[in-house]
Amino acid sequence: MSAELDLAGRVVDLVRRLAGSGAQAEVLVDHTALALTRFANSGIHQNVADATSAVRLRVHLDGRTVGGSTTVVDEAGLTALVERTIAAVPLTPVDPGWPGLAPAAPLVTDGAWDEATAQATPDERAARVRAFVDAAEGLETAGYCRTVYWSGAFANSAGQAVAGRAAEAAMDGIARVPGSDGVARLGSRRLADLDGAVLGGRAALKARAGADAIELPPGRYEVVLEPTAVADLLTNFALYGFNGKLHNERQSFAEIGAAQFDPAVTLVDDVTATAGVGIPFDGEGTPKRPVTFVDAGITTGVAYDRRSAAEAGTVSTGHGWPGGGAFGPVPANLRLLPDESAPTAAVAGPAADGHTAALLSTMERGLLVTDFWYTRVLDPKTLVVTGLTRNGVWLVEDGEITRPVRNFRFTQSYPLALGPGAVLGVGGNAITPADSWDLFGFTGPSLRLASWNFTGGASG
Amino acid sequence: MTHFDAAAAAVQAALDAGARYADARVMHRRTESMSARNGELEELSQDEDAGVGVRALVGSGWGFYAVPDMSDPAARAAGTRAAKIAAASASVPVPATGLIPLPAATGSWSSPCEVDPLSVPLSDKAELMVGLTTTMREHGADLAESHYRIWDTAKWFVSSEGHRIDQRFRECGGGITATSIGDGESQRRSYGNQYGTRGWEMVTGLDLPGNAARVAIESRELLTAAPCPAGQTSLILGSEQMALQIHESVGHAIELDRILGWEAAYAGTSWLDLSKLGSMRYGSSLMNIAIDPTIPGALGSFGFDDEGTPASARYAVHEGLWVGVLAGRDSASVAGLDYAGSVRSDGWARLPMVRMTNVGLEPGPHTLEEIIASTDDGIFMDTNRSWSIDDRRLNFQFGCEIGWEIKNGKIGRMLRNPTYTGIGPTFWQSMDMLSSEVTAWGIPNCGKGQPGQTGHTGHPAAPARFTGVRVGVTG
Repeated sequence: MSAELDLAGRVVDLVRRLAGSGAQAEVLVDHTALALTRFANSGIHQNVADATSAVRLRVHLDGRTVGGSTTVVDEAGLTALVERTIAAVPLTPVDPGWPGLAPAAPLVTDGAWDEATAQATPDERAARVRAFVDAAEGLETAGYCRTVYWSGAFANSAGQAVAGRAAEAAMDGIARVPGSDGVARLGSRRLADLDGAVLGGRAALKARAGADAIELPPGRYEVVLEPTAVADLLTNFALYGFNGKLHNERQSFAEIGAAQFDPAVTLVDDVTATAGVGIPFDGEGTPKRPVTFVDAGITTGVAYDRRSAAEAGTVSTGHGWPGGGAFGPVPANLRLLPDESAPTAAVAGPAADGHTAALLSTMERGLLVTDFWYTRVLDPKTLVVTGLTRNGVWLVEDGEITRPVRNFRFTQSYPLALGPGAVLGVGGNAITPADSWDLFGFTGPSLRLASWNFTGGASG
Repeated sequence: MTHFDAAAAAVQAALDAGARYADARVMHRRTESMSARNGELEELSQDEDAGVGVRALVGSGWGFYAVPDMSDPAARAAGTRAAKIAAASASVPVPATGLIPLPAATGSWSSPCEVDPLSVPLSDKAELMVGLTTTMREHGADLAESHYRIWDTAKWFVSSEGHRIDQRFRECGGGITATSIGDGESQRRSYGNQYGTRGWEMVTGLDLPGNAARVAIESRELLTAAPCPAGQTSLILGSEQMALQIHESVGHAIELDRILGWEAAYAGTSWLDLSKLGSMRYGSSLMNIAIDPTIPGALGSFGFDDEGTPASARYAVHEGLWVGVLAGRDSASVAGLDYAGSVRSDGWARLPMVRMTNVGLEPGPHTLEEIIASTDDGIFMDTNRSWSIDDRRLNFQFGCEIGWEIKNGKIGRMLRNPTYTGIGPTFWQSMDMLSSEVTAWGIPNCGKGQPGQTGHTGHPAAPARFTGVRVGVTG
């Protein structure tokens, strides 16, 4: 038994001892060791690490529900957590929507563990930064290299008791020339997969290729979105589109059974097939398993935690966030399936990979977009999003990258951009770009889309 | 062992391990949050966290380490670890890092608090929150939500230069949101969403019950309101939206770490050029933006920042000229400035970094009533719904919850989905009327840094008018 599972079990027992056997209790124990080496102006300027243990408790008693957490995990701290949680119960209104505790169920996956990543040293992260900086050959660089080690456990008074451990590594950096930034970004379950020299070289190539950009008029353009930009689409689909709580409230675009996407689009949440911290159960103890939300263009489902599932008359899909009931369930490992038969082409210039180059090669006139920035939802129901391009845009004419282009602002409905007939090509190489919050593993290939609505240039 | 002892032990261990400077923050934070939805309590959470974070400077490299354990051995181990991490930074060095001088200080500070928010009975708070949603539902909202949040934070700071400071922050606030859902879109109206370094009087002073019916009715009316027209017009912003405008297009732009490129890969840089500090026109002569962490009760207030610099006020923009930045001791040293005082951390487990404190407008000569009366053709917008701005803090597009047409000096019909877009300095230079009716708004969710940190910032703001603004951008 892991130390975290032992701790979770002790807290469940303490609740029963102090509140009686009628109390329903669930306990989540997280131990996270996060280390992040950050560089700017081509030097390491921030270098941080922390090791934190936290216990989150939820108690349902006499029809009422109260939650709480602490990082003070000695006996006194845990007792205080349990006592104040129980004491709060009679002071709160009844909770008629309480969905009950997760039943006992075995894990479907066992997390993602790489000992070398978990035990990575500051020197190993610094070495990758050194390689990134050197590969940029004198360009100004900035970014980070991160390793995360997580071990945790969940126990409840209904008999569910699961534990797991996982590791994650990520590197995200830019290289800069005046007026142009280039980016390279990659997440993995293994630090060994992150080659600072490869990433730094790619970022520098993009930066140089973006120099002396021209400003094009706003309007609708055909686009190829690289995986770094596709991740933003997946983020917004996960947060707003496939959020079961928003769907219950009729604030999601998702219509189960409807052909809302192009047949080339299949979206699956799968913790085993993406990077990001691979926690094998959700915040309510429900084991994670692959869940398909869009199958060949047909919307087939949304994500549920236990409460939103009960409201919808179904079961949890394993997407509950600890303490995240007010926002609702989020599929944190959403993956756009690549086209396994997609062609590749020789990479010339700033294209991310051969699949991206192949998507460009048949484009008559359009834009190659590396990255999106500061995207915000104007209306969750239609998922109209505004944001900007970042880190490299190029004009493509007759299958060739011809000119770098200055950044655009866009205002675009994301589901409509991937609607029936709108997807002109899906790349064959799905990657997980590094996620700044070490929470998500959004993963996808490059995409060629018929139209993207650019509403202004970055200069106005 | 006191909390000061734990911090001092961490600092000493870092020095023993080779640091030439070190500081440590022991923090203990209790938080409470409650949300209600459609007549029922949705979530109540009472949380606690405590630990020590140590910052060490070895050569020109920084290291930081944090643990949730304030025992002497744990604190010492954290200090040693911070110095070791700092040493690793030397393999990819930055130019020699200095710290501008700061006299050693000892002191205590507490935020004003009339009613301890954690002592208010949970039953009273729950009755308030649930009742608000019931009222909104009764007045037409499809989705009625309310919430409050409370933070009670104690900090003990020790540095190797002799600082020994303790502070206690009690912060709280809350708000309500009514959403009405139509066939093709949803409309939202909210009220409150206001926070400060104050006690529960902050929430009671908002009069949430007195506004619940109004926001529900407005959210329903928005579904059938005319869409915001597209074009260029005079734009009047309410003070709540002005707070967001200041935060995004001034506050972040004047962060010295961004100007120096320290945030280039993520949050971004700034369009501001240090060589033009003191001479560049940021906005019209009506624009006076102060950096002032001394405002009683504002969310960005403190006695000392997280480097031990005492709170003091200075201008960022004076009569339209850019004259000041938000700085820390190291960034000020790099920039050749002689002031700091704007460094804060999101808890004991995060590295202190340059942050907004209270960044806001000084009062103007007009009133909102006068601004509307003197506008022949324009749009009045308020309450932010969406916000997006580029990585240099120049190009922004903001959406508001509600707008009204202004014709011949009078408020006309309601407008739905109002948006406006612009370029920071052009926009601020077009400000031709500014109200004296200042409210110190608080924003409790400012994201910055890697690992991510959430900051609490304050923004005194008043209604203002801008000319020739592009509005009505749609997808």
